[in-house]
Amino acid sequence: MAFESFSAFLKMGEHGLYVWLAYGLATIVVLFNILGPRYLAKQLVKDHQRKLRREQA
Amino acid sequence: MWQIFVRWFHKCSSPKWFYQMSKPWSFWLGWAAFVLIGVALVWGLAFSPVERVQGNSYRIIFIHVPSAFLSEAIYMTIAIAGAVGLIWRIKLAFYVAKACIPIGMTMAFLALATGAIWGKPTWGDWWVWDMRITSMLILFLLYLGLWALHNAMERPESGDRAAAILALVGVVNIPIIKYSVNLVTTLHQPATLKFTEKAPMHISMLVPLLLSILGFYLAFLAWMFIRARLEILKRERKALWAQKEIEQLGGL
Repeated sequence: MAFESFSAFLKMGEHGLYVWLAYGLATIVVLFNILGPRYLAKQLVKDHQRKLRREQA
Repeated sequence: MWQIFVRWFHKCSSPKWFYQMSKPWSFWLGWAAFVLIGVALVWGLAFSPVERVQGNSYRIIFIHVPSAFLSEAIYMTIAIAGAVGLIWRIKLAFYVAKACIPIGMTMAFLALATGAIWGKPTWGDWWVWDMRITSMLILFLLYLGLWALHNAMERPESGDRAAAILALVGVVNIPIIKYSVNLVTTLHQPATLKFTEKAPMHISMLVPLLLSILGFYLAFLAWMFIRARLEILKRERKALWAQKEIEQLGGL
């Protein structure tokens, strides 16, 4: 371990703000890349269902 | 022999064949990426020693370098796939190129943003108009341009071709990014990882960095296949097999 306590780990020796800000942004980018395709898939299914309804009517 | 190769090539480039083949890929690539990045970040954040000059801020390297590497590698993938699509008129290559754009854009954004955050405690400023940083900003703008071209065209086929041409023109920027830190003296340090030399980095920092880079590459592949498969369904939605797959997707 490079840190003596958990609070020292969070503090990152005065650089906590920078390190955690960077890792927070990385988390947002990962979430975008996971949730983005899910949204696309939902749109695809919705468009398909709409088309089916139109054909039945 | 050549005949067999051509037949194989055409089979692989059929969207339907690719869709059926690639079903399990993203799942396994995604899990492998998750494990690799998890190990790398726990190691890099908590176990790697403090850097002598920069203190703990250097720990940003474990996401900064992988995202920067990927933003360039993804751009090259888009350009090569676009060229394949233009030359051999292969639809699948265009779909793959399009699937790469949002991922590459987020990686370029992450490289720039983490660089700015790292720059503040290290160089004293969030942003400098340094050659490396400016050429990375141009890369991000190229991604925006590719995305905008796809959205601007009424026919998706025109978007494919226009984006492929822009991607090929923008390849000029890649060697500029790569050599900007070695040719000109700037604030950004020269490349740490080189194929030709031993890395000037202690093993306790180097291993998590390499694991993280590998993990980011696998995550990119997982996300790329998911997006490419959705693009296939969207573009082939007139075909019966694609409609059946969409119904399975929605659990109809």
